Amino acid sequence: MKREALARIADAQRGRRALVAVTRLADGVQCLVDAETVDGELTLSQAELAAARSLMSSGRSASLSGVLPGAEGLFARAYVPSPRMLIVGAVHIAQALSKMADAAGFEVVVIDPRGAFASPERFPSVQLSDEWPDEALARLGLDDATALVALSHDPKLDDPALELALPSKAFYIGALGSRRTHEKRLERLSAAGLGELVGRIHSPIGLGLGGRSPAEIAVAILAEVIQVRYKGERG
Amino acid sequence: MQSDNDSLFETLQQWRAAGKSAALATVVSTWGSSPRPEGSHLAVDEAGHFVGSVSGGCIEGAVIDAAREVMASGRPQLLEFGVSDEQAWQVGLACGGRVQVFVEPVE
Repeated sequence: MKREALARIADAQRGRRALVAVTRLADGVQCLVDAETVDGELTLSQAELAAARSLMSSGRSASLSGVLPGAEGLFARAYVPSPRMLIVGAVHIAQALSKMADAAGFEVVVIDPRGAFASPERFPSVQLSDEWPDEALARLGLDDATALVALSHDPKLDDPALELALPSKAFYIGALGSRRTHEKRLERLSAAGLGELVGRIHSPIGLGLGGRSPAEIAVAILAEVIQVRYKGERG
Repeated sequence: MQSDNDSLFETLQQWRAAGKSAALATVVSTWGSSPRPEGSHLAVDEAGHFVGSVSGGCIEGAVIDAAREVMASGRPQLLEFGVSDEQAWQVGLACGGRVQVFVEPVE
């Protein structure tokens, strides 16, 4: 792999952009393909290029011959944005959840404008944002590899985040709170004109594992996020 | 699933920036039950340090050996491991699958 290719893949991953590297296995000659460009020493036919791009869109790495009969000896490695979990509310459950999600391969950002909550001492290993949730989410973006988890219990923090997440491509939206809290939340969000979308919110949040401690609840939330990621909303 | 590769490419860049040789191994085909899907990466430096995985641990040693050869020669190699392979008796896949791993030098 060329130095430039290595730098471009690392860059694309940091910028959450999709890319596919096509390699001729006979000699290692490569090219990098994204939605608009092709770069590198390997020349692909139009059909091969289209096949590589279709693998990129589905986030799948495979031999090109699998999607394009006859394209032997070419391997397409799709690099797609890693799953990301944006957690609103730097609360006790968030401490456990952020560590677990990080270990499970999620890029984690914990958002809480209350400085005493989102402190590096309480969250040593993940990104922290002290912005208001609507500012943070507008900056970070809510793409289809992003899960939004609202844990603050405070409508001033959770509601603005949910208002942005509901019409977004985020693959998972969950909010902590009792049934009563959630009913009130649904009323507020409906009054804000999001009535048709509120069904997207997972609440009660997490799979029904019966756990009670913050760490046990974090397991239930992470499990639900992973289930929705791979199996969709119907599980 | 592939997110561990984010830090893998950063690690590769750090190794190269520090002047170390490195190679990148990639699972390019699988048959039967194999533990890591196509596209899984293992990065190796000249001292044999590695990040990532191309199996559940059963062929990593052999892939690291090949990676060091690839660093020395500058030429890629296509390796195959599986139950029908001679080498399987030494480093076979316990799961009974078969896997092809491409190992390339990192410039």
